Amino acid sequence: MISRRNFCRKSLLLAGGLAIPLAALELFDPRRLNAEKIEGKKVRWVFLVDTQKCVGCGLCVKECKIENEIPYDANVTRTWVERYIVTKDGKTHIDSPKGARDGFNTTKVDIGHGKLEDIANEQINKAFFVPKLCNQCDNPPCVQVCPVGATYQTEDGVVLVDRKWCIGCGYCIMGCPYGVRFFHPVHHVAEKCNFCYHRITKGMQTGCIDACAFDARRIGNILDPEDPVTRIIMTERVNVLKEEYGTKPQVFYLGLTKEVR
Amino acid sequence: MVHGEAWTLKEFFVYPNEYIYWTIQIVMYPFMTGLVAGAFVLSSLYHVFGVKQLKDIARFSLVFSFALLPVAMLPLMLHLQQPQRGIAVMLTPHFTSAIAAFGIVFSTYGMIVASELWFVYRKHFVESALALRAVTQRSLGQQLAHLLFSALTLGAMDISEEALQADERAVKKLAGAGIPVACFLHGYAGFIFGSVKANALWMTPLMPVIFICSAVVSGIALCMLTYIVTMELRKILAARKKQKYPELPSVEELKSVEANVVTITARYLLMFMVAAITLELLDLVFRGYTAVKSWDILRNVIYERDFVNIFVIQYGLGNLLPFILFLMPRLSIRRAVLATSLVILGVFMMRWNVVIGGQAFSSSFSGFMHYTLPIWPTSVETFKEGFFGAALVGLVPFFLFWLLNKVMPVFKETH
Repeated sequence: MISRRNFCRKSLLLAGGLAIPLAALELFDPRRLNAEKIEGKKVRWVFLVDTQKCVGCGLCVKECKIENEIPYDANVTRTWVERYIVTKDGKTHIDSPKGARDGFNTTKVDIGHGKLEDIANEQINKAFFVPKLCNQCDNPPCVQVCPVGATYQTEDGVVLVDRKWCIGCGYCIMGCPYGVRFFHPVHHVAEKCNFCYHRITKGMQTGCIDACAFDARRIGNILDPEDPVTRIIMTERVNVLKEEYGTKPQVFYLGLTKEVR
Repeated sequence: MVHGEAWTLKEFFVYPNEYIYWTIQIVMYPFMTGLVAGAFVLSSLYHVFGVKQLKDIARFSLVFSFALLPVAMLPLMLHLQQPQRGIAVMLTPHFTSAIAAFGIVFSTYGMIVASELWFVYRKHFVESALALRAVTQRSLGQQLAHLLFSALTLGAMDISEEALQADERAVKKLAGAGIPVACFLHGYAGFIFGSVKANALWMTPLMPVIFICSAVVSGIALCMLTYIVTMELRKILAARKKQKYPELPSVEELKSVEANVVTITARYLLMFMVAAITLELLDLVFRGYTAVKSWDILRNVIYERDFVNIFVIQYGLGNLLPFILFLMPRLSIRRAVLATSLVILGVFMMRWNVVIGGQAFSSSFSGFMHYTLPIWPTSVETFKEGFFGAALVGLVPFFLFWLLNKVMPVFKETH
């Protein structure tokens, strides 16, 4: 029969003995070792959109759909271009028919229900185009709300979706203030722009950048001070979308005005 | 076709990927969990706080709460794009998500209700098992029933006075522990919505509390309604079986019990209703008074587009009218039926106005989305997230209640 004192002593010994290998596991955490070796992150992808240069041709949207295999005629898209028309009465008219996949081939504004609104040229104060894509936020609400961790952020800042793990609850779609997420019409899981992660990690440009003839879209590494995109972000007057949500978006805009939603 | 396109109509500027993604099943989900929590709170009023007048309805609502429980999960499964992976929420939860707590809260609550039911019905299980054991030539049905009841006793065959008293103490403790868990189960459903910072209508810390209050309201109302219906059936049966089983309560006895229970329960219903409406109006007033950036579009949705849904159906028909009906003197059963039905409608519309109303405007604040409920299904999707899918969810608990009632009779003296 084991005495109480002996029992306590032996259990403490056992617990201590078990704790040692657990601590050892912690010691050899390969990720931390790796982090120590490369002295922190090397890459943080950011995007720069120059709204002054965008002409609303929609070639980026077209290219994106093909590159990322989003069914061409489905009414969802990873990237899109919005048209803003500010009239003399102070109203802002916005549209993006089919995400501007075919560009804007009429001056009439799409107001939904298949209706178009005609705006006279002399009524217009200013008009411009704003390309949109995933902001790859530093504090991504979509990653926070995913109940199974199917959407996650990579070391270099891009938010990805695991198509084999997503349960399709739509919470991330609801959680995104920018409306960049949707259900993929074929795979039936959450889908979004990922800066063409399969291309940028191989030293290529994103599909939309390659398709843009006007240099309105650029990608860069904010951790590299020599990167031309970084230099523009650091030295010029750039802005981000919907900062008030605390998402810390990483798509920077040149020439953003208050009308942009 | 893109998910959501079948039932979404867009007006003015809506982001290209925006559709009404959370539809009727997400209306059903908080509605059903609300009923679960409400029914449990009603039964606890007797078990924990010793409200003696509610004894008759306490056992009833406990079994009903258990019948509703699996159905709280059903709308979620019907809503998921990948329902076969739904179990991953329980197995590999990602704890920064409000939904990830579902498995833990849901199963904790399920275990509490199941064990409370076991203590309440243990005597019945033992008696049934012993009675069936005494039968020498058992038919197949009796054989199965014997197996079932023997298994349900879990080998605890002691039904002495002390053992039953111990059971009662356990019931009291479990019911006490169950109230916060039931409130958490539902409050957390409110948190799922209230914490979505991207949605201007949903984001308020009041959401969980509003959800709990309206949950208790709807749960009590549904228990009252179902209780009245079953009592009416019992009255008919009592009149028919009077000759054969003289020990059964008479029609008059049943009538007086029913009237008494309904009057008392109505009082508790009114109390929770006042709390729920106060909080909802506080939220509305606060939004209007602070009038932040989103107020322009919210005002348009609340006072113009959804005016009928919110002010006529939810507040008018669902709150004000039943309030008057309950407060008028000499509450009759017929009036109680009408009033409780209206209350249930009101709570359902509240869920509708939160879930669908929250998606009635684009997060660009420059456009609107209109939801049309698919009635006749043209695809699996329009069945699952349409009228018939919702009706299925609404009917299953009654079927489960009927099944449970075979094993755990809510009215013991019934033959």
